[in-house]
Amino acid sequence: MNQAVITKALPLVEVHGVCQTYDKGSAGKLVVLDQVGLTLVSGEIVGLLGRSGSGKSTLLRSIAGLIRPSEGAIAFEGKAVSGTPDGIAMVFQSFALFPWLTVLQNVELGLEAQGVSPAERRKRALSAIDLIGLDGFENAYPKELSGGMRQRVGLARALVVHPKVLLMDEPFSALDVLTAETLRTDLLDLWSEGRMPIESILMVTHNIEEAVLMCDRVLIFSSNPGRVVAELRVDLPQPRNRLDPAFRALVEDIYARMTARKEPGSPPRDGVFPGTGIAMVLPRVSTNLLAGLIEAVAAPPYNGHADLPPLAASLQLEIDDLFPIAETLQLLRFAEFAEGDIRLTPAGKRFAESEVDARKQLFAQQLATYVPLAGHIRRVLDERANHKAPARRFRDELEDHMSEGYADQTVRAVISWARYAEYFAYDEESDLFTLDNPT
Amino acid sequence: MIFLSHNRNSLGEAAALARGRIAPNIYDIIAFAMLVALLVLLAHGAAGMRAPSTLLTTSPVTLGLANLPDYALRTTLRMFAAIIVSLIFTFTVATLAAKSRRAEMVIIPVLDILQSVPVLGFLTFTVTFFMGLFPGSQLGAECAAIFAIFTSQAWNMAFSFYQSLRTVPGDLDEVSRGFGLSAWQRFWRLEAPFAAPGLVWNTMMSMSGGWFFVVASEAITVGNTTVQLPGIGSWLALAIDKQDFKAVAWAVLAMGVLILLYDQLLFRPVVAWADKFRFEQTAGQEKPRSWVYDVLRRVRLLRTVGLPIAWLWQRAMLLRLGRRTQPATTVASRRFSRLLDFAWLGLVLLVALWGGIETVLYLGQTLGWNDVIEAFSGGLLTLLRVIVLIAVASVIWVPIGVWIGLRPAVAERVQPLAQFLAAFPANVLFPFAVIAIVATGASPGIWLSPLMVLGTQWYILFNVIAGASAFPSDLKEAARVFKIRSWSWWKNVMLPGIFPYYITGALTASGGSWNASIVAELASWGNTRLEAFGLGSYIAKATEAGDFPRVILGIAVMSLFVTLFNRTLWRPLYVFAERRMRLD
Repeated sequence: MNQAVITKALPLVEVHGVCQTYDKGSAGKLVVLDQVGLTLVSGEIVGLLGRSGSGKSTLLRSIAGLIRPSEGAIAFEGKAVSGTPDGIAMVFQSFALFPWLTVLQNVELGLEAQGVSPAERRKRALSAIDLIGLDGFENAYPKELSGGMRQRVGLARALVVHPKVLLMDEPFSALDVLTAETLRTDLLDLWSEGRMPIESILMVTHNIEEAVLMCDRVLIFSSNPGRVVAELRVDLPQPRNRLDPAFRALVEDIYARMTARKEPGSPPRDGVFPGTGIAMVLPRVSTNLLAGLIEAVAAPPYNGHADLPPLAASLQLEIDDLFPIAETLQLLRFAEFAEGDIRLTPAGKRFAESEVDARKQLFAQQLATYVPLAGHIRRVLDERANHKAPARRFRDELEDHMSEGYADQTVRAVISWARYAEYFAYDEESDLFTLDNPT
Repeated sequence: MIFLSHNRNSLGEAAALARGRIAPNIYDIIAFAMLVALLVLLAHGAAGMRAPSTLLTTSPVTLGLANLPDYALRTTLRMFAAIIVSLIFTFTVATLAAKSRRAEMVIIPVLDILQSVPVLGFLTFTVTFFMGLFPGSQLGAECAAIFAIFTSQAWNMAFSFYQSLRTVPGDLDEVSRGFGLSAWQRFWRLEAPFAAPGLVWNTMMSMSGGWFFVVASEAITVGNTTVQLPGIGSWLALAIDKQDFKAVAWAVLAMGVLILLYDQLLFRPVVAWADKFRFEQTAGQEKPRSWVYDVLRRVRLLRTVGLPIAWLWQRAMLLRLGRRTQPATTVASRRFSRLLDFAWLGLVLLVALWGGIETVLYLGQTLGWNDVIEAFSGGLLTLLRVIVLIAVASVIWVPIGVWIGLRPAVAERVQPLAQFLAAFPANVLFPFAVIAIVATGASPGIWLSPLMVLGTQWYILFNVIAGASAFPSDLKEAARVFKIRSWSWWKNVMLPGIFPYYITGALTASGGSWNASIVAELASWGNTRLEAFGLGSYIAKATEAGDFPRVILGIAVMSLFVTLFNRTLWRPLYVFAERRMRLD
């Protein structure tokens, strides 16, 4: 319905060629955002959809002026953003409320920073509290409130400064399903009735259905590095129905785009994770989740081949949880994962049918063959007379290619997989890899 | 060492900060050199300004019982003056360290070393220095006493505040920046409240420690300067001098009443109030309670009186002092700032080097290797005492603490008592021990030693009680279901459970014991003097004789011992406890 409101006036926010890189020392640079562009005009809700690590939160913070991008230009109402512009407010995933301030004081905080007099401040804060449905909670402390109420405070605090643009960083992902839905509906109602003093909303999410439900436009981000890979217009009328076939088709389409294989021109890689060979950044995915997903896909009604949206819904997993598991299975060649589908390989099927010991053997085999770092560690251990090697050594090796945090995460991931497969052992006390498992 | 308000989250952060600081690095050595150099400078200045005549003879301290309340008041005032100075120091220096990287490079190692320096050793210089600063008035001596208390309080408070400032939650930081809060607003709305619980707890611990030093610093003799400030400490010194047993008993009583009042009227209310600043989003856990706080909150008159203050406060919050915090700068300016870092580090190194050379030259004028050997062998002996005493105190108090901690009804009553005992200045009780040793003819070398832990053992007790009370009940139940008993229960269940708490307590106790050795290894009763050979008595004797070089040597050696002891024993244990034995 907001299409009608769009005027051909100046865009509110313009982002051109923004790059965000972090220095990794000798290893060069870690690119979080790569040449991202975006225009936000009055009267629309735009969603940034992508997985964690795709830089969408970084982009949001750059627009808010909290981070200065390494390259590129960001303009708000035609002027380059420097510092934190007054017409932009933000809502946080963690609510970010001050626990020592009451609801009213929290809402007044932004006005206080603007130097608004106490009486005026109070009036405006109370009206925002009223608008957002927090009446009666003015003197409560955040810790007394439920998650949903806390996020309402976060919303009221953002609205009270009368921003033109409201930025929302995964605003509903810390809430339970029911509360999140109520809050979304309330927000959409306020928006469509024009009762909020804002002109446009830019929200980050990794929930595909949420994006389709709320947004007029959805920008899909790829990760490592973060790029806008697709832009979709959602022309369904509000209020939208999740069961509407057109809605389902859009969700399906987005799933397919997000799991699309890399464009043919890009260099071949071992898998979907950044880096090649032993320098691949591995996600920390528990073997229980891997086995669980294999079993779920192997069982009826999927029988080895599942469509992602219903699978995600039945397992109650969001894409941020589901994708790393599926991609790890792909890395280990237990499954094929593309175009919104997941399909077990023969190895995956064998795994699903096996008993514990056979599973471990099979897992060790796949680990040795398809995870270069695991094979590398094992070879070093085999070569040494005492079959021991400090983990520090491998971490250092990895840090030549990735940041310290990623190196640590990768080593931990390999440790947990190798422990499950009894491929090699690790002693935390001495930080040593060994070959002897306690018997 | 920072005291932790039994808030396990902040413990993790403390360990994270401590982890990198086990091996002494270049900064520690620099800090150490600069500190000793500063002492030398102070001593030089003090020696020059030393007033020839004694000043405090106008109204000498007497043992009239009517004077005691007045003395108690004077002592308390000194305490408060010191705590205010400590707070100002904390707010400025710790903030500076948290905001400026270059200041941090110097301040943090210096604070770390200062924590290990025996405070009582400072008295020598400060008394002469401050009395020279205010000749002819009592103010000099007052300042010296206040400064002594300050040096016992400020470091851990500053550390706690610095640590809080460095760990301000990222999302709240972003909100503050997003709304464009000025530095002034940010400090009062975000940083100070976030740091409040830790700071309040550390201030409380500092005050507890402070009573010990106020008693020790009121009556002091440095060379031919004798100072007796009206206060409980002087009363006690006089009573000891006159062998007046009754007067000593009165001092003990007055001290007890004083600490009780201060705890009930001041600190419980403050702790109860500061509870609202605890950074946790969930309600629950029992809140600290205080009847005074409850009463104050209900008094309507106070609210009326408070209105104009609240109004002023609100206006003050609207001030826009300081600029908005800006996002990180560009690469080019970062490179330039790294160059500046090197220049700054070079300068600091030069100053430290100069200080080190000066110190060695100054000490070399009067002292030979014999003195160094004497100080070191004294240090070894005192080290032995500290280790043995902490071990003995642990063996006694850990089982008792666990027993109490597992019984909530008992713990509720004993815990305040243990905290009270930790605050009670043990030096007030020393005369009794000295009388006993004199009467029985026991060896002072052995029997003076327990005085060192007399006041500090309670830190072990109340930390162990806190640990045992916090022990999760499901683990207790699991232990019972699987019939884990006797030694296996201690080894696998309880000791690991209380270990982090025990370490905090034992570390505090050991630090306090080093300090107490200066008072404990040299005690007297009238004309009877008892001495136990050690580093403490070495410093005490040098102080009495006004022998600056020996005092400096003694302090330097003791600081070295304490620092090394902390680094090689306590810090690794602390980090280990954090890594392996956290229960959340």
